[in-house]
Amino acid sequence: MNTLYFEDFPIGQAQEYGDVEVSALHIKNFAEQFDPQPFHLDEGAAQETMARGLIASGWHTVVMLHRMNYEAFLKRMASQGGLGVEEIKWTKPVRPGDRLRAKCTVAAARPSKSRPELGIVEFFFEVINQNEEIVMTEKLIALLKRRPSAEGAA
Amino acid sequence: MSLFFEDMTVGVENELGAKVFTRESIIAFAILYDPQPFHLSDEAGRASIYGSLIASGWHTASVCMRLIVEDRQRRRAEAAKRGEPLPKIGVSPGVRDLRWPVAVRPGDRIAYFGRIENLSETKRPQWGLTTSRTWGVNQDGAEVFSMIGGVLWERRPA
Repeated sequence: MNTLYFEDFPIGQAQEYGDVEVSALHIKNFAEQFDPQPFHLDEGAAQETMARGLIASGWHTVVMLHRMNYEAFLKRMASQGGLGVEEIKWTKPVRPGDRLRAKCTVAAARPSKSRPELGIVEFFFEVINQNEEIVMTEKLIALLKRRPSAEGAA
Repeated sequence: MSLFFEDMTVGVENELGAKVFTRESIIAFAILYDPQPFHLSDEAGRASIYGSLIASGWHTASVCMRLIVEDRQRRRAEAAKRGEPLPKIGVSPGVRDLRWPVAVRPGDRIAYFGRIENLSETKRPQWGLTTSRTWGVNQDGAEVFSMIGGVLWERRPA
């Protein structure tokens, strides 16, 4: 499994990946544990709310994206931790039966000034449903190792 | 005091509740949602840059959401007991500035707090927008998590 370093994420790079089918059961399981509001828990109660039907917790969509990121590249990335998330926007509801995929764009990338062996990458993620609607966006800043010089020369 | 948008005041701070992050809960979350090795086992945690098993940052954030909801439910139950009408519950358009300055480790007890930062109008006459800073502090007083989040909040019916 080849490791992904700072140099593997040039500015402008874009990739699409992932395929998650969202079920009512998954929505309710997450909500029971972390977000027990009526529009995430029960179809009937959800009809009476501004959501007009069962919708996934925004935090559930966040972790579904994270899981897709993990499978696509995070598990191979020379990550030194996240510096933070600038922004998450929940732009459309996620409902039972939706199929989600992810798009990742490298918005910025720069070597660390204080630690030359590390680099900083700003990722912009979009979660897209089966109707090509963007249901969520996320801007995340990550700290990565730079490629060791011996490998970089190859 | 009732719970509509007009009843909110900027600067009001309150404790949302606290939660102990057990080893089991950290690993259970990681298996489902964030299977990076340092969230899954003590051994991998020790070998990582963190030096021990640590909770996923999304676990820390999700527990925060749980305590926000519980706090809201307590207030609604109290208002209902006083016979007040309750506002409809709104959804969140988003959050920003999420930070995890210190790792959460097994056995840590995180107390969460919230403060209303801003109240603004929206295009929809029935709904206002509340913006709050929410943060978590461990048993040693170190801030482990913070974010700024918005929630649509029903206005008092005219």
